[in-house]
Amino acid sequence: MRLLGVILIALVAGFLMWATRDLPLRGDPESPASTHVSVYYIENALQDSNTPNMVTAVLADYRGFDTFGEAVVVVAAALSCLLILLRRRDDIGQVTGGRDRGAAGGAGPDRGGDA
Amino acid sequence: MTSRYESLFLDVVSRAIVPLIQIFALYVVTHGHYDPGGGFQGGVMLAASIILLRISQGEESFKRFPPSAGLYLAGFGALAFALLGFMSVVFGGNFLEYGYAVPGMDGVELRYWGIFFAEVFIGFLVWGALVAIYDALTTGGSG
Repeated sequence: MRLLGVILIALVAGFLMWATRDLPLRGDPESPASTHVSVYYIENALQDSNTPNMVTAVLADYRGFDTFGEAVVVVAAALSCLLILLRRRDDIGQVTGGRDRGAAGGAGPDRGGDA
Repeated sequence: MTSRYESLFLDVVSRAIVPLIQIFALYVVTHGHYDPGGGFQGGVMLAASIILLRISQGEESFKRFPPSAGLYLAGFGALAFALLGFMSVVFGGNFLEYGYAVPGMDGVELRYWGIFFAEVFIGFLVWGALVAIYDALTTGGSG
């Protein structure tokens, strides 16, 4: 089993190394990354939005929808943390925190265990 | 409950350094047009200053920044960003197309200010979200 894992890793690594031959060279002006919209951004960011820092112009203006999604993801992460870590009220109305529950006799995730 | 780290040095140094962190964070948020930076980075710095206060001052810091304020700030930032995007929809542009946000104003200037306010709202959002996560981890969300 261990040998099989080693062989698999070697195969995947070899495949990835072989695939790097198709990647464009670093800084290649003909590569897809520098021939599509990025040329327009570099040439027009200052005139379009009066913003010398074109990274900011791309981030907040041209790709504003993407940034909006990122921001909503941050809020969703905060909400998820609060949902998981909030102190909950169990059935008899007693407030038990996440850490207190674990300490009270190892009741585990079963919320009725404390009652 | 928030545990306070009892240390004279931490107390003195944090009192001195928190205002500096916050002023530099405001600079980073509002100067995204000209320098590296913007809402995400500045918001993280603002959150770091509040978390430093939480560590060094303990419950005292709830007077200046209550634990419930984090989520309100994050929600305000997200809502304001969304409304900023919809301002241009009202006047015939696409979502987040700042050039149409206010009729009668120059489109280029509007895009400049659109980027500015987007960065500011992102700063509020990241600030509030990170402090909310920290408070949830340390207090269980109840303060």
